[in-house]
Amino acid sequence: MTDRESVYDGLLGEDTSQWAFGTSFEDPLAGVDTTLPDGVDAAVLAAYCLMLGDDALIYSHRLGQWASNAPDLEDDIALSNIALDLLGQARLLLGRAAAADAGCVPVLPEGSPVPAEDALAFFRDEGAFRNVRLVEPDDVGGAGGDFAVTIARLLLFSCYRLALMERLRSSRDPVLAAVAVKAVKELTYHRDYAGRWFLTLARGTEESRRRLLAGLALVWPLHDELFGTHPVETLVAEQGVGVDPSTLAAEVDVVLEQVFSVSSIDRPAVAQVGPVAGGMGREGRHCEQMGRLLAQMQSVARAHPLGLW
Amino acid sequence: MTTSSPELARDVGEPSEPEALRAAFDHTIERHDRIESRDWMPERYRSTVVRQVAQHAHSEIIGMQPEGNWLTRAPSLRRKAILLAKVQDEAGHGLYLYSACETLGVSRDELTEKLIEGQQKYSSIFNYPTLSYADVGTIGWLVDGAAICNQVPLCRTSYGPYGRAMIRICKEESFHQRQGFELLATMMRGTAEQRAMVQESVDRFWWPALMMFGPPDADSPNTEQSMAWGIKRDTNDDLRQKFVDMSVPQAQALGVSLPDPDLVWNEARGHHDFGQPDWEEFRAVVKGGGPCNAERIAHRRRAWEEGAWVREAATAFARQQREEQS
Repeated sequence: MTDRESVYDGLLGEDTSQWAFGTSFEDPLAGVDTTLPDGVDAAVLAAYCLMLGDDALIYSHRLGQWASNAPDLEDDIALSNIALDLLGQARLLLGRAAAADAGCVPVLPEGSPVPAEDALAFFRDEGAFRNVRLVEPDDVGGAGGDFAVTIARLLLFSCYRLALMERLRSSRDPVLAAVAVKAVKELTYHRDYAGRWFLTLARGTEESRRRLLAGLALVWPLHDELFGTHPVETLVAEQGVGVDPSTLAAEVDVVLEQVFSVSSIDRPAVAQVGPVAGGMGREGRHCEQMGRLLAQMQSVARAHPLGLW
Repeated sequence: MTTSSPELARDVGEPSEPEALRAAFDHTIERHDRIESRDWMPERYRSTVVRQVAQHAHSEIIGMQPEGNWLTRAPSLRRKAILLAKVQDEAGHGLYLYSACETLGVSRDELTEKLIEGQQKYSSIFNYPTLSYADVGTIGWLVDGAAICNQVPLCRTSYGPYGRAMIRICKEESFHQRQGFELLATMMRGTAEQRAMVQESVDRFWWPALMMFGPPDADSPNTEQSMAWGIKRDTNDDLRQKFVDMSVPQAQALGVSLPDPDLVWNEARGHHDFGQPDWEEFRAVVKGGGPCNAERIAHRRRAWEEGAWVREAATAFARQQREEQS
């Protein structure tokens, strides 16, 4: 680039290949063979993809709220990076859900150009979201949140999801398997980032240790929900396309114990958050914060159901 | 100015100044070559570079806020990803630029303190609010577009670390600007409501974008010296003209009008004639009287102060690690 050259000049050029994201929306699964493997129930696979996709989508939204709020620029960048990775996973998983079973996608007014991934993200009501409750609370400032809570939550979430994705790499559904291969690389970094900060805060100052313990106590009550098995998860495990999360608990525990041990922290002894009318996140029963999150996240999209973005 | 090592800092005009060093500096500038951090430089050159680079770094960091305002409401997952990546890039630009300042002996912590104490400025454009999602596009198209016009010449600025940071920043800014233009172009193909949203946004940002080039040359006290030193390479008015000339056909391609009744092609000059921004408003915003000045600084101060215990923990942990290793 010379000192006279400006890309601003070339904005109206014909060569659209130089545009980083292209000039029009493409299905994130464009060009991918989404044929279902034999013996796989499309609706069940779609429901499972929504579970994993919603975990990523909602947590990405929360982590993205750290942008311009982090303790230092390096962490601003790192947390945005993690949020972007999860958003990428969410898009692929929601896209997979829609491709497997179009019936899971909300119906929009005729003529709406809203793609399936956005119909799922922005036009489903709270009860249709299938994410675990761990990903819902707002850690950025405000009531009870701070960086220590975020690190405790990120450690727990990334240990769980990494173990899950490692297993999912051998899914009989080639799309899920491919998503998992990509996700494993990303989550390895997320877990590493969280683990390093966990240790740093545990051993840094009295104040950081106090906050970390408080943060851990805040997120730990949502631990068991991660490893509870929903009937959909039983079915996908039987069909060889998904993972029964109860089978992950022991290996996740080993990793967490290692981190706790070097940090001289005991596994928290706090009561677990119970179900609501027999259901938890996977059944569409969420924390109170979830409704407020969606009200904000979906506001612009819902105001323009025929809008083109 | 702040700490500087003795061999790097000598005040220009001091009787003790070694003439050979001064001559070498002048010669480097004349050759349009780079000054590096190890080179001798006049103290006023150093402070001017620090002022300009710090102001640029602060602009990137404060600039995360107006667009960050829409991160939680981006209307599609694709737009959410693009916007988050863009805001993340701005943090990265801030990092490169604070690092360039560090080569002159000024730390990021010192500069951040100066920003939140109001002792150093940032681009006044970020003191305007973002009121609709179209603003994300308009900021990309016009604000980042104006920034590119300002910044591309800085890739050849005389201070090496700044120039090299600018090469990378300009590449990323070009993506930012394109995503903004593309968002507006997409919205213009959408509903009538969306088109109105785009026009309203362009109407609000056009004049503040023109102000981004700084006051008219006659009122710009630092321009002459900065140009002589090769820190700055074009005058404010020249860059503003260039920006207007490039923006007009782009506005036509988008199908939006620009809110300036005096905007007309001048065949004789080979340029567009255009009206002047409200320079009173510009001065008021620079002095702190814009719609969001207090809010932007309060946000930055809160994030910095709330993060203090984390930075202290990291420092304490690093110290423990060093002690354990020794």
